[in-house]
Amino acid sequence: MTTDNVQMWTELGIDLERHDTLLNALGPIYQDIYLSQKNRPEGMGFFDFVVGDIHGIRVHELRKHAIEGNKVVATYCVFVPEEIVWAADAIPVGLCAGTQFSVPIAEEVLPRNTCALIKSSFGFKLGRICPYVQTSHLIVGETTCDGKKKMFEILGEYQPVYVIEVPNKKTDFSRKLWLSEVIAFKGVIERLTGNGITADKLSQATKLVNERRRTLQRLSNLRKARPVPISGKDALLVTQVSFYDDATRCIQQVNALCDEVESRVTAGEGVFPADAPRILISGSPMAIPNWKLHHILETAGAVVVCEESCIGTRNFSDLVSENGGTVEEQLGAIAERYMNIHCACFTPNDERLDDIVRLAKEYQVDGVVHYNLQFCHTYANEAVKVERALEKEGIPLLRIETDYSDEDVGQLRTRVDAFLEMIR
Amino acid sequence: MFDGSILDLAILETGVNPLRRCQQLLTDRSYEGLVVTGYGRHLVAPTIGGRVVSEIGAYAVGARYLYPDCRTVIDVGGQDSKVILLSDEGEVQKFEMNDRCAAGTGKFLEVMANTLEVGIEELGDLALSASKVVQINSLCTVFAESEVVSLIARGEESSAIALGLHQAIATRVAGMVRRIRPKERVVFAGGAALNRCLHQLISEKLGIEVTVPHKPQIVGAIGAALVARGGEVGGGQVIRETVNTLMST
Repeated sequence: MTTDNVQMWTELGIDLERHDTLLNALGPIYQDIYLSQKNRPEGMGFFDFVVGDIHGIRVHELRKHAIEGNKVVATYCVFVPEEIVWAADAIPVGLCAGTQFSVPIAEEVLPRNTCALIKSSFGFKLGRICPYVQTSHLIVGETTCDGKKKMFEILGEYQPVYVIEVPNKKTDFSRKLWLSEVIAFKGVIERLTGNGITADKLSQATKLVNERRRTLQRLSNLRKARPVPISGKDALLVTQVSFYDDATRCIQQVNALCDEVESRVTAGEGVFPADAPRILISGSPMAIPNWKLHHILETAGAVVVCEESCIGTRNFSDLVSENGGTVEEQLGAIAERYMNIHCACFTPNDERLDDIVRLAKEYQVDGVVHYNLQFCHTYANEAVKVERALEKEGIPLLRIETDYSDEDVGQLRTRVDAFLEMIR
Repeated sequence: MFDGSILDLAILETGVNPLRRCQQLLTDRSYEGLVVTGYGRHLVAPTIGGRVVSEIGAYAVGARYLYPDCRTVIDVGGQDSKVILLSDEGEVQKFEMNDRCAAGTGKFLEVMANTLEVGIEELGDLALSASKVVQINSLCTVFAESEVVSLIARGEESSAIALGLHQAIATRVAGMVRRIRPKERVVFAGGAALNRCLHQLISEKLGIEVTVPHKPQIVGAIGAALVARGGEVGGGQVIRETVNTLMST
């Protein structure tokens, strides 16, 4: 830990003692879960470095950006149209909220029977342990779940928060509402930054974000190979890091990784035996450093080949049309793209069922694991329909409900072992 | 186990050091094959050797061996409860397990027996002696315990409370069974199957006569022993593979 970092954290108002405990815990966990894996692509070195200095170098970059008079905008959800943020010369950063560490802090205020993601994110702010939150000028929330919606009201007492309204249905009326929300968000960002968003700027931003999505698609497609050339854990980490790393650098690094992984596929090299059971994970998001389910699956002999999740395909499958046009036309294209995210906050949301079945086939999976954060009611209830859809296709499903803590790892291992015995 | 007869059997509490417990058990015992199952299987197997089988797999094999027409297994053990659906061939088709809490497990009954000041083995008979029943609304062990304490404070008979507890747990287990759309024969195994009241209530709620084997708490151990022995067990493919590997090494 460099003195540079400590000074920066002090200036950001970080609770140093608590923050030290968090970072000291992360090292051994990362060693155990990531560095102990065999035959990792060399290209993962960059991502190891980024995690090794998780609250250092990237925060310095964001701080520098802020000191130069620019803005940093923190988000929690893939519904926030980041093109608009980039177009105003602000930097969006996807906050993590994936650790048990900040949950007890949040429980001093929030109800216990709230999902771990909500508690973790709130705890980071309340406990002053996340330099990304501290660096940001605005937190953008959204209405994808009732728990978050209400948490944002309380979070707003600590830091400026703006909430985008995501509709709950996919009707024409809902689409109009969403478009007007996207337009309003542009106004919010323009006022925050003092920069007007031009058609040219917006088009550049769209191309940048699309390019990152394309590289993530590229990596995802490489996981279709058998044997699989990269572990699910590593692929998960890449997408997790892409939420807060510099977009241009991220694109370069992911592409370099893909080149290497591609040559592995050509050579028929894999990180798991060709007959290792292939798993699609579907459901709630996995924010960094939530690697729990991937780790359990991959240490039980399975390999995760795809995530139908906000950390996976829902984040990068669809691109915004690059046809350009006026600012209004481009905002329309942006709104259209984001309405295609098949989140369980919508009713009905049968497109997600189609996605799961399609991905299960495309990635030739042996089974689907439905991952549900405890108290995430939308995904828990939608799992009933997921189960029916998969049963119709003869695709085995294991439903898991869990949180960030380790107390249920034994039970989860029993389920996972039995599931793998069943599908092998 | 040899040729289907049990040569030796020991039931011990896990204790605080399951690895040492297992080592003690194996001292002075000779065996041809070893299979480890249950919680702690991944802790024990790397040290003492043996193949690892999940208890879901082990219960499936064990129940199927005892009752070749078994299609559904209910296992209410100490730490969790499970329901397993088997195919005609005896392969695991589907299973359900309780989520993240002790509701519907042996642990729940144990805590409640303590609160009612009876032994765990007497709890079922106490419930069967009840002349009335009180409704227990909570299935969370912690909440249910405080609910029981307030029922005691209200002067309710402990037998009526015990019956209410059994009703609650049986409803929960039966719900889990119905979720997998059970087929007969249904075998009820695990330590809690020794509880006559629970057996009776689960049968009633399902409308199916549920079979409890002799010594239901060792069905998983029998299954594991069968996997170790190899042979004609109609388990899933992995069980057969395990058997094949064991036979060839």
